[in-house]
Amino acid sequence: MSLIYKPLNRRSILRAGALGGTALAMPTVFTSRAWSQGYLNEPTGSTVTLGFNVPQTGPYAEEGADELRAYELAVEHLNGEGDGGMMGTFSSKALKGNGILGKKVEYVTGDTQTKSDAARASAKSMIEKDGAIMITGGSSSGVAVAVQALCQEAGVIFMAGLTHSNDTTGKDKRANGFRHFFNSYMSGAALAPVLKNAYGDDRKAYHLTADYNWGYTTEQAVKESTEALGWETVETVKTPLAATDFSAYITPVLQSDADVLVLNHYGGNMVNSLTNAVQFGLRDKVVNGKNFEIIVPLYSRLMAKGAGANVKGIFGSTNWHWSLQDEGSKAFVKSFGQKYGFPPSQAAHTTYVQALLYADACERAGTFNPCGVVEALEGFEFDGLGNGKTLYRAEDHQCFKDVLVVKGKENPTSDFDLLEIVEVTPASQVTYAPDHPQFAGGALGTCNPGA
Amino acid sequence: MDAILLQILNGLDKGSAYALIALGLTLIFGTLGVVNFAHGALFMIGAFCAVTLNRLLSVSFTTIDDTRTDFLGNPLKVETPYVEAWFGPEMGGAIIDWSVPLAILFSIPIMALVGLFMERGLIKYFYKRPHADQILVTFGLAIVLQEIIKYFYGANPIPTPAPEVFAGSFDFGALIGMDPNIIIYPYWRIVYFLFATVIIGGVFAFLQFTTFGMVVRAGMADRQTVGLLGIDIDRRFTVMFALAAIVAGLAGVMYAPINSPNYHMGMDFLVLSFVVVVVGGMGSLPGAVAAGFLLGILESFASMAQVVALLPGINQIIIYLVAIVILLTRPRGLLGRKGVMES
Repeated sequence: MSLIYKPLNRRSILRAGALGGTALAMPTVFTSRAWSQGYLNEPTGSTVTLGFNVPQTGPYAEEGADELRAYELAVEHLNGEGDGGMMGTFSSKALKGNGILGKKVEYVTGDTQTKSDAARASAKSMIEKDGAIMITGGSSSGVAVAVQALCQEAGVIFMAGLTHSNDTTGKDKRANGFRHFFNSYMSGAALAPVLKNAYGDDRKAYHLTADYNWGYTTEQAVKESTEALGWETVETVKTPLAATDFSAYITPVLQSDADVLVLNHYGGNMVNSLTNAVQFGLRDKVVNGKNFEIIVPLYSRLMAKGAGANVKGIFGSTNWHWSLQDEGSKAFVKSFGQKYGFPPSQAAHTTYVQALLYADACERAGTFNPCGVVEALEGFEFDGLGNGKTLYRAEDHQCFKDVLVVKGKENPTSDFDLLEIVEVTPASQVTYAPDHPQFAGGALGTCNPGA
Repeated sequence: MDAILLQILNGLDKGSAYALIALGLTLIFGTLGVVNFAHGALFMIGAFCAVTLNRLLSVSFTTIDDTRTDFLGNPLKVETPYVEAWFGPEMGGAIIDWSVPLAILFSIPIMALVGLFMERGLIKYFYKRPHADQILVTFGLAIVLQEIIKYFYGANPIPTPAPEVFAGSFDFGALIGMDPNIIIYPYWRIVYFLFATVIIGGVFAFLQFTTFGMVVRAGMADRQTVGLLGIDIDRRFTVMFALAAIVAGLAGVMYAPINSPNYHMGMDFLVLSFVVVVVGGMGSLPGAVAAGFLLGILESFASMAQVVALLPGINQIIIYLVAIVILLTRPRGLLGRKGVMES
């Protein structure tokens, strides 16, 4: 046995140094997984940047503009400016009006153009170039699903704006993504009892459905809930998203046996299809001895404005409406109305609330780390933000709260007084199991802090 | 049978819009040789002329109604249109109610000015440039125009109703001896079709029976020879550009009650109208009109549930399918001149 003597040389010293350094660094490497430190875009200065990704051009630009107004108001309130809006009525008292965790809130904006690729590009830019730690906004389920996936990969939180497809918190749900807005299932569940009261349980429905993900889930939800009442579905027809004139789709309805038309359309599609349906006299028609009726499952005040007098008497559902009389809604309407001169839309409401909920979660978690925020939001129950007691369910990151059934107002007094609330459906009636077939598939996964 | 008749009616109606836009496009291509991608924007501006006149006639003064409150709980501000104050509620209301047909008169000088300004201010510099350059510049112009409209009017569609007397629908089937309640059709769509027929007839008559039209047609056939005769053909072609703008504008004005005007409605029609022009035959006025109605009717048939069930997605591609078949078998289009689009 012999010992081979190896003299120390420069290379072995360097190697030893590298190994030693790695060994010393090991505890830090392991602890960086804890959410107290080491995450993407950790704010180090006196400010924190949020990314507001809304449609500034394209068919939903008007909604995007209202979302942006709401975000600006939320930033004002978070920074202690203005009248504080719903911060005063919010059941959580963690927000102090000094920014988030003492850091002043700043924001950058992006234009989704209501296109998934454009929305992803602008979100990516806000995360990478501007250091946004949270992305929020959007006005389309396609955009929400795409941006939510991007935020999951990147490691920032996504607080969805206006997205109503079941898939956002169904098969496409993500640990880093949260939705305050209601969904297609909830619309169907809220509408069905009201429709039964108004139109009976022996109806024949004809569906016209926008040919994309949101249309499919809405058609399925309304179809299933109305069939459960005893209604028959006569026909379901997909209409191209780019369609502007729906007369060719409306005329077969006239000749079918249907006595109800369900328009699973949104935005410009809804404005045009509803206008066409009214023009073709559907509402004056009597079929099977009953007055022909039209239903718009997802209403938006801004879209109702586009459709004008045609919305009168037509039922639909909405996430929130400015005429609600709870303290939170009144505070928000006052704050928004005084700043902008008109009441907020449901898009403005949901995005304002999402911004507040994110900030509050950071305060309660004591960190901006996405994993801490996820933990703070999962299973979080709150009140005072406009829809009664609300739960951010841990299993799918979907908010469960009261849903409104509305009807086009017969005698509106102004441009924004177009819908009247006919029913506030309690959260319990629109709650479903996390593994409900309409939400089947996909997995929430685990939070990604991006570091 | 009744379903087929109904879809033909629908097609005529949609075809009217296609035909009017394609007619203008063809006038411009046939006279100036310019592929005008801003033509859809002219259609949109026409629709917004109707919106603007409606708003102008509705300009109001404010009074405070202490008995009612607004959404913030303040006394309600009640708006009363000046027109109603001046002419009385009934007469004033009727004037506002008729704003869309009145906008026809309002839009003619505006569209002529827009057309002249476009042609003299921008497009004339691109006559000798390749078609690709013309397409780029006119497409850019279209985007600028729609952004201007969006800036002033917002992105939301703006409902612009037809006069009350034309609201609703009537029993077309009963009129032609069919069972009642089988074919119900909106009044305004019939008005639109009739209006389009009058405009198309008027343009053809103008080109056919006036000296100006005869010179223009001669210029379309051989520009140089007409120029050598001492006729300022360029000026006449500029007038034709303005006329094409007026046609597109009028198509837009009357379309406003059918679908609420919005800032991208021009783009929605533009591509389809180009397909109409190509199918009809580049430069052929009767071709543009015939193809407009033909494709409108085909599109309506392709949208029927029975057809879509048989051939899913056919409603979205029918127009392009027809265009491919026509271009493969008859590159000059249905009524196009020999040599155009042919090698």
